[in-house]
Amino acid sequence: MPDLQSLGDNLQVGLEHYLTLSVMLFSIGTLGVIFRRNVLVMFMSVELMLTSVNISLVAFSRYLDDLNGHVLVLFVLAVAAAEAGVGLAILVEIFKKRDTVDVDEFRQLME
Amino acid sequence: MNFTWSDAAYFGPEAVMGLTFLLCVLGDLVTRGRRHVVPFGTLLVGTAISLVLALLHPPVSSHAILGQMVVVDGFAHFFRLLFLGITFVTALLSWSSREIMGRDREHQGEFYALAAMLCFGMMVMAESADIVMLALSLEAVSITSYILAGFARFSFRSSEAALKYVLWGAVSSAVMLYGLSLFYGLTGATSYEGIRAGLSGGQGGMALLVAILFVMAGIGYKISAVPFHFWTPDVYEGAPAPVAAIFASGPKIAGFALMIRFFYVALVQDDSQGTLALLDDVQWPWVLAIISAATMTLGNMAAIRQNSVRRLLAYSSIAHVGYMLMGFVVLSANGLAAVLFYLFVYAIMTIGAFLVVVALNNRVSGEEIDDYAGLGFREPLVAAMMFLFLISLTGLPPTAGFIGKFYLFAAAGEAGLWWLAILGVLNSVVSLYYYMRIARAMYFTPPELSGRVGLAQAHLILLVVLAVPTLVLGVFWSPLKEFADQSLRMLLGGG
Repeated sequence: MPDLQSLGDNLQVGLEHYLTLSVMLFSIGTLGVIFRRNVLVMFMSVELMLTSVNISLVAFSRYLDDLNGHVLVLFVLAVAAAEAGVGLAILVEIFKKRDTVDVDEFRQLME
Repeated sequence: MNFTWSDAAYFGPEAVMGLTFLLCVLGDLVTRGRRHVVPFGTLLVGTAISLVLALLHPPVSSHAILGQMVVVDGFAHFFRLLFLGITFVTALLSWSSREIMGRDREHQGEFYALAAMLCFGMMVMAESADIVMLALSLEAVSITSYILAGFARFSFRSSEAALKYVLWGAVSSAVMLYGLSLFYGLTGATSYEGIRAGLSGGQGGMALLVAILFVMAGIGYKISAVPFHFWTPDVYEGAPAPVAAIFASGPKIAGFALMIRFFYVALVQDDSQGTLALLDDVQWPWVLAIISAATMTLGNMAAIRQNSVRRLLAYSSIAHVGYMLMGFVVLSANGLAAVLFYLFVYAIMTIGAFLVVVALNNRVSGEEIDDYAGLGFREPLVAAMMFLFLISLTGLPPTAGFIGKFYLFAAAGEAGLWWLAILGVLNSVVSLYYYMRIARAMYFTPPELSGRVGLAQAHLILLVVLAVPTLVLGVFWSPLKEFADQSLRMLLGGG
């Protein structure tokens, strides 16, 4: 039976763990955008990608002991909110006309 | 970080545009959206004041302001003038556009507020010297663009274009922000200079490669370079025509400005020979050359198959991005000067071509090439101007497009990239075919209807105003070339 106590003592959460989490979130977000067809879920996936950016920025910022990264995080949050606001407003406009949020239904602009 | 009032003088034109945005919003609110002439006039006056301020105080040396986040230099000056000019012209051409008016002109005032914001964002994009400012200015431009793309709310096509734009735009900016966070992690700096200093040790490896690729993806989306070009035809076709004219010129040019400054200040190392080479052992010129070749070839090949004038112009704008990347690839002062020259010329001729679409859009039912049949007999002036812009876009003398392309191809040849220059020439020949399809429809197909189309006076005047520099710069181009050379001098550190 493994000695959980000593395992816990040796396990330290460092920069690489945060970066791994960030890469995982970014990949999940990217796959979500590519494979999901519901526009709302696609927007959520983009939010995941932006969250992963924030995690890596905060981790780097803490690691480097430098506050500039935190500043960028605040701006990224604001940008994500603004982007979601505009995106959802456009989606509401479309939903009123077509009653669907499936991206495959929006094919008027095609060759 | 400190702010001094002397900084404000350097930031004058941008400050005026920011104020113009607020006044446009206020003007629209106070008149309850009924007197569109108030925000329209505010935008024109604000842009004119900003232009005068910029012309009165051309920067004599590179000056970092606002906590070193923004650099005002000759390069910024060049793009300031270009963006203010674009905003002024596109504001004028949108005034009597059917698509911007909408059904009841209820929201027309908002268009001018958004145009002011877009101009502000584009000017800051060309000036930002810090990744925080890079991200913010790019998002200011992007988010404004999303709203503009969906401006014609009554039209499903416009909403669809906006949705496609915002969705993929959000993805590309997330990718780019991830790349920027890696740059920050690698170097511990957010300023371009700091990144350059942090990278000069030569470490980075895989993470640096990913960081550069991710940032290139974000910028590539903005300038619609292959393989991030897929949104362009849909958005240009769906968005209102004046907005398409803005997109084809403004944000694309701003993307080039941002890319040039970021790459040259943060990533390019100036070695003893005076030539510029990108950091890292990856052959960046080759990567960029392949992107350039793919962009122009794909843009041209796809343009051949188009029947819609707007989609054709969209693909042609992709092809032009490919030509301009050619000057960027060679990473030399001559190449950059050629890019700046071409950006200027490209803005004039592409807005001109889109202006014809805007003008006809009000009157002619469709936007297929066949709908332009017999235009040469019905509206000789408009057809002649369109012909001139098409000739210039192809790159035939005696137009500005020829001179611009000549400089680009010469810069590529000078750097030993002959295959790229030859590919560029071949692509221009291909482009002649599809541009002339429009010309053939205008002059050699008999019109279905007779009589004049009856276009807005303002559009006709604006067409002539844009046609004059297209011709004049084709025979008397040295002032613009010198201006482009001079604008780069501060950026490249030649005094």
